[in-house]
Amino acid sequence: MPSPSVTLRDLRIGEQGVIVQIDGSDSVAARLLEMGLLPGETVKMIGAAPMGDPIEFEVYGYRISLRQVESSRVCIEKT
Amino acid sequence: MSISDRPSVALIGNPNTGKSSLFNALCGGKARVGNYPGVTVEHKTGRLLPEGSSLRRQSSAPPEIDVVDLPGTYSLAARSADEAVSVDVLAGNMPGLARPNVVVVIVDATNLERNLYLFSQVIELGLPTILALNMWDRVSSSGLRIDTEALSQRLGVPVVCTCASKRTGIDELRRHIETAIAAGTGASNSETPSMDWARAAFPEPFQHEVDRLTQWLRDEGVLLAPFQVERLLIDACDAHSHRIIPKPLAKAWERHLEESQQRIAAAGIQGPLFETRARYGWVKRMTAGTIERSAVRHDSRSDSIDRWLTHRWIGLGFFLVLMFLIFQAITWFAQWPMEWIDHVQAAVGSGVESILSPGPLRSLLVDGVIAGVGSVIKFLPQIAILFLFIAILEDCGYMSRAAFVMDKFMSSVGMSGKSFLPLMSSFACAIPGIMATRTIDHRKDRMVTMLVAPLMSCSARLPVYVLMVYAIFPDEVRYASGWISLQGIIIFAMQSLGAIVAIPVAWLLKRFLFPGEPSTFIMELASYKWPSWRVLLARVWERVLSFVTRAGTLILVTSVLVWAAAYFPVDHSGLDRSVVELERLQASSDANTDRMAELRQSINQEKSRLIERSFLGRAGNAIEPLVKPLGWNGQIGIAVLASFPAREVIIATLGTIYALGSESDDDNRGLQAQMREAKWPDGRPVFTLASGLSIMVFFVLCAQCASTLLTIRRETNSWRWPIFSFGYMTLLAYVGAWLTYNVASMW
Repeated sequence: MPSPSVTLRDLRIGEQGVIVQIDGSDSVAARLLEMGLLPGETVKMIGAAPMGDPIEFEVYGYRISLRQVESSRVCIEKT
Repeated sequence: MSISDRPSVALIGNPNTGKSSLFNALCGGKARVGNYPGVTVEHKTGRLLPEGSSLRRQSSAPPEIDVVDLPGTYSLAARSADEAVSVDVLAGNMPGLARPNVVVVIVDATNLERNLYLFSQVIELGLPTILALNMWDRVSSSGLRIDTEALSQRLGVPVVCTCASKRTGIDELRRHIETAIAAGTGASNSETPSMDWARAAFPEPFQHEVDRLTQWLRDEGVLLAPFQVERLLIDACDAHSHRIIPKPLAKAWERHLEESQQRIAAAGIQGPLFETRARYGWVKRMTAGTIERSAVRHDSRSDSIDRWLTHRWIGLGFFLVLMFLIFQAITWFAQWPMEWIDHVQAAVGSGVESILSPGPLRSLLVDGVIAGVGSVIKFLPQIAILFLFIAILEDCGYMSRAAFVMDKFMSSVGMSGKSFLPLMSSFACAIPGIMATRTIDHRKDRMVTMLVAPLMSCSARLPVYVLMVYAIFPDEVRYASGWISLQGIIIFAMQSLGAIVAIPVAWLLKRFLFPGEPSTFIMELASYKWPSWRVLLARVWERVLSFVTRAGTLILVTSVLVWAAAYFPVDHSGLDRSVVELERLQASSDANTDRMAELRQSINQEKSRLIERSFLGRAGNAIEPLVKPLGWNGQIGIAVLASFPAREVIIATLGTIYALGSESDDDNRGLQAQMREAKWPDGRPVFTLASGLSIMVFFVLCAQCASTLLTIRRETNSWRWPIFSFGYMTLLAYVGAWLTYNVASMW
């Protein structure tokens, strides 16, 4: 299945997206899923740290920070 | 630790759910609590306090119950050393700790859905379970309505609303724990009807493989709960969970596991997604209709604070200014109590002198014990204030923001934002700091963090800086109309130096010893909250107590040893006779001032002659060539050498040396005054700007703490790393002190 090209990394401050899938099945993917980044959930980009990395998101009613590398594994559809 | 026959209850929950506060409320205990993922890094045990009145205690005699506080975790899939502890305790695999009779799952009531994920795993373990909805006071303000009765019925476990910081709901929780334990250790699992939900929720081919593997293990004599087999099958690539398979079976087990995985994959079940999807699906079914959310989802005040504190540049500036202010505040606030302790110490010394006649016993008490231990105790106020500030930063939730802001920088030098809390707490003490590295899931990042943590200026170094700075730099030099002192700036510079040196050290360690793939930074940023004063006080008290204990044991012993080395083997009878005569003259009404001045002079000359010939003086002369390039005399060299087991010993040692060999009129005038008067044989002062800075830099960089090295040994399970740390830091310290002395001497 070709993965959609838009990921969490492409969101700008205040933008939202719905998760389509998470790439891979390693422990990083498992952790992201456990933290509530499930397909179908809405994620909002809150802001970024100095030099643009890591990035803060809102999901499942709480705040989580991900590095650019991790956020580019979460494929989304912008809403 | 031995397995006790007392019943026990385990507390488990996500990080930031106020779990440790609840532990404190239940036990009145002193576990560390913090609003940062994973501040509790080791399981802690306490005793459940009986409820309220003593009358009830007598009448019904509730059983003594142990409470085990587990590290905060998001999941029972053990991926870090920290999470493995939780799984081991709950499954009864923790050596020396019996399997708990009851488990309390603590959840953040305002974030119930994600928190119940962990609950869905715990309930599968089949232990009697209680759900505590903590932070209940925030529920209504965040626009939530939770029907706890319906929730309790659906989950099949008691649900208790608590607010640990305000001590509400604690008695009810305690009653539920006691009831569950009284129901008997053999409480049947059928009491928790939701336990078997996973069998229904997970796909059939997966269940089939779990049964097959369970059966195979049972045939081989290994009895595992279905949950444990599930975990082995799901977390196949993870090393932590596979420790429970006995070695001789490992090969065969791997083959069976692989076959099972292939069959599951063939059935179209892929990756970790099916598990999380099943669990969150279950959570959604359980909470549907029991939770109502109005539009307001997040604490908006916390958001507006965050906009500034995690701002790209303002956040970084705020952090640096905050650190500077903390160290300025320490020198400000501690002044008054320090003077007070000084007075008490002098009074106690004079008191002992008035009771005892001159001789070895009086010298031991006054010059050894009081001068040694007293000079260390004097710095208690500073340490208490430092710990208070760090506790406030942790508890209010700022630490995780600092980690967020610093992550990019930290990862560029070979660590991660998660290294930030361990390093920050190392400013208080490297031991909890090194233990806190367990929350770093990436092994190489963890090793680098652990090896540079002792470079952070811990609270035991602070007294050394304060002593040197107060003895060398004048107090009058102030800037910004008296608000900023030169002394404060120097102390701040010393506190920062270790962290600055840690940057290239970490980079080199990462580059040459731990090269490899980058780590991850998946971290929750919890809402800010007001720190609870109970938690703050408990933590400061705990540290103060351990500092006093050290002063009363390790430092007392070293002080006495140093005193003995400085007192023996020379003959003190001549000196004692002069002192007796002087004291008689002082006491008599018609004072002969000429004779008194003469006596004082001869006492002082005798004192420095005696200390010069003592064991300590001779050893000092022997090592002087080694430390002279650093601008130190032999006595400083000995004092530094004596402080290798614990760095604050240098103050006690200098206190004893100068009390025994002081050339001043009054022994009880304080160490700093005596240090200002110390001279080389040619009359130059010993403590100058250059030699003082050189001593401080040595202490910044040196690993003078046996406990820290032992902690590294325990955490890495090898002697290699403590020896490595000790070696590289001692070398760094010597070179650094030498450079400092030579550069500063040019002024």
